Amino acid sequence: MSFTDRHLLGIEHLSPAAITEILDLAESYVTLNRGTAKHADALAGLTQVNMFFENSTRTQASFEIAGKRLGADVMNMSMQASSIKKGETLIDTAMTLNAMHPDLLVVRHPHSGAVDLLAQKVNCAVLNAGDGRHEHPTQALLDALTIRRAKGRLHRLSVAICGDIAHSRVARSNILLLNRMESRIRLIGPPTLVPGHFAELGAEIYDDMREGLEGADVVMMLRLQKERMDGGFIPSEREYFHRYGLDPEKLALAKPDAIVMHPGPMNRGVEIDGVLADDINRSVIQEQVEMGVAVRMAAMDLLARNMRAARSPEVMA
Amino acid sequence: MSRVLFENARLIDPETGTERRGALLVDGTTIREELAEVTEQDRARLSDAQVVDCRGKCLAPGIVDLGVKVCEPGERHKESYRSAGAAAAAGGVTTIVTRPDTLPAIDSPETLEFVARRAQGAAPVNVRPMAALTKGREGREMTEIGFLMDAGAVAFTDCDRVVEDTRVFSRALTYARSLDALVVAHPQDPGLARGAAATSGKFATLRGLPAVPALAERMGLDRDIALLEMTGARYHADQVTTARALPPLERAKANGLDITAGVSIHHLTLNEFDVADYRTFFKVKPPLRSEEDRLAVVEAVASGLIDVISSMHTPQDEESKRLPFEEAASGAVALETLLPAAMRLVHGGALDLPTLWRALSLNPARRLGLPGGRLAKGAPADLVLFDPDAPFVLDRYALQSKSRNTPFDGQRMEGRVLSTWVAGQEVYSR
Repeated sequence: MSFTDRHLLGIEHLSPAAITEILDLAESYVTLNRGTAKHADALAGLTQVNMFFENSTRTQASFEIAGKRLGADVMNMSMQASSIKKGETLIDTAMTLNAMHPDLLVVRHPHSGAVDLLAQKVNCAVLNAGDGRHEHPTQALLDALTIRRAKGRLHRLSVAICGDIAHSRVARSNILLLNRMESRIRLIGPPTLVPGHFAELGAEIYDDMREGLEGADVVMMLRLQKERMDGGFIPSEREYFHRYGLDPEKLALAKPDAIVMHPGPMNRGVEIDGVLADDINRSVIQEQVEMGVAVRMAAMDLLARNMRAARSPEVMA
Repeated sequence: MSRVLFENARLIDPETGTERRGALLVDGTTIREELAEVTEQDRARLSDAQVVDCRGKCLAPGIVDLGVKVCEPGERHKESYRSAGAAAAAGGVTTIVTRPDTLPAIDSPETLEFVARRAQGAAPVNVRPMAALTKGREGREMTEIGFLMDAGAVAFTDCDRVVEDTRVFSRALTYARSLDALVVAHPQDPGLARGAAATSGKFATLRGLPAVPALAERMGLDRDIALLEMTGARYHADQVTTARALPPLERAKANGLDITAGVSIHHLTLNEFDVADYRTFFKVKPPLRSEEDRLAVVEAVASGLIDVISSMHTPQDEESKRLPFEEAASGAVALETLLPAAMRLVHGGALDLPTLWRALSLNPARRLGLPGGRLAKGAPADLVLFDPDAPFVLDRYALQSKSRNTPFDGQRMEGRVLSTWVAGQEVYSR
């Protein structure tokens, strides 16, 4: 057992062994999910609550399916529509929910650190499904699983992450994870979206996309987070696509077998050429979605094991 | 009139920059004389005086704290004059210079008089109010600076709000100059600082927090210095917290502008990494800086380039702090931790006690034209007796403030106030 944490709040807290353990378990769930009887009982009897303080269709569905396949009772709470609007604080909402004894709390919140704060106040396991610009650990894990399956390893790869790094929790989690697994990370984008301080996290920064893509094994495109931008990071979407959109010509500079990734949802024609996104020889975007379910099953399974171990310490001894 | 003789004291004299053993005689509300030694003759002469044996501990002028927020009017549940006064007395602060960033802002003579009435009797220490520079601290129209001065305002400030419109600010500075009023401003570029919760750098990047570059402070200071050249006003920068703002400050002083600068105790003793896992008690304004900046600013205090250390006491209730970092309120209480936190700089060898007290009492009193802050004959008998080495672990629930938002909770500190005296009367003893 390498992953012994109570919560999964970020990649920052994970050791390489813990990451590998989650990915290995996820592999077995990939097999399960591809079979006809997609059911296991790792979470049987447990209650999983998905609290999304920010709109999400894909991630929420992925967590919901993952929980249901493992036998949990899953409840979705769309927090935008509920008590927050009535002025209740995050902590009060959490305490109210805590009193109903959930076992797994999956939380997404528009502010960095909000999920950490919530985890301090509840008794159950908390899974960060994205907090502000901070972390999105299951996304980084599913990206890692996708890369590992395509490339056979996670070390000594050259991974280019392109686009809106500044506003991206996906980028932060991926940088932390790939660094920990000893791959090389290049960040590509206009300096307004790739601040220089990212170099201090152990990444190389390129504002010329062609230079940055040269020899890359993996090309990860990020969405322009229009909702997080207040004014003037890029002059226009067409100029952005011209300089930083991924098209076949730019991709040709990467390794011939480089894979193309995108966490979705895509803005076709803004950051990625539509034809490329659909190219089954290069794009692993659909596979990422598939791995997402498996990784979330693995993460929740391990958290539940840790929780059971903590609740009955004599079993451990 | 009652007399008090403090003997066996280690006298901290910021005016001469020295410390020496001796005794201090207080007569009524003022300091009467300093005695190198208490002779038998002295004892006979002072037989009616109350004797305080200082046992070799430090006796210094009481702290003059420029920039304390008392939450009256508006948020008395966070801090009242009674609780702030008790906290000040317990912290060795004998004069609190209050901020007008209340709800509503203290921007009219009527509100100022209300506040003065509330303060009187409730607080055992001296209370000197500052008033807003612009109405509602909105940066559009200047307040009635003349009337407010008549009502007792010692300085004018919009606190952490920058007057963005340079025309409004230059007019306010010009008008203030005609009355010889001191303007206290927050040097910061408002555009770059908008929405920021941290200082740009590795830490903010890792935590995904909206951040302001450290240089935004210099930009704000540069702008204000240019306006000072235009208007000749008396100006105090409330907090200079970054290395790169120091050269312009030094040049402005060398050029003869009437400018001084302060810094909060938190920026002298903490850095950005102390925020750790989004600890909101460490959220202050401006945000905590890098360690390099902290060291540069400590050195500037030692050299005298930065004139004043203050607590920037900002009470916040638990509700406004128990929020995601970006949404949480800024500020920390510090009246009671100012002295022990500042002692870290002394114990660390960065400052000696007289230099520290120059920034804690002498300079702020001088800048505001107050009589305190000195040990000289005739000065008000506002004194603090403290043990610079007494160790303790800070328990935030033991604080006198109504709000307990201190970043030092649970930390080991050294330096305890033994007693505090205001106008010759003991207002606190432990």
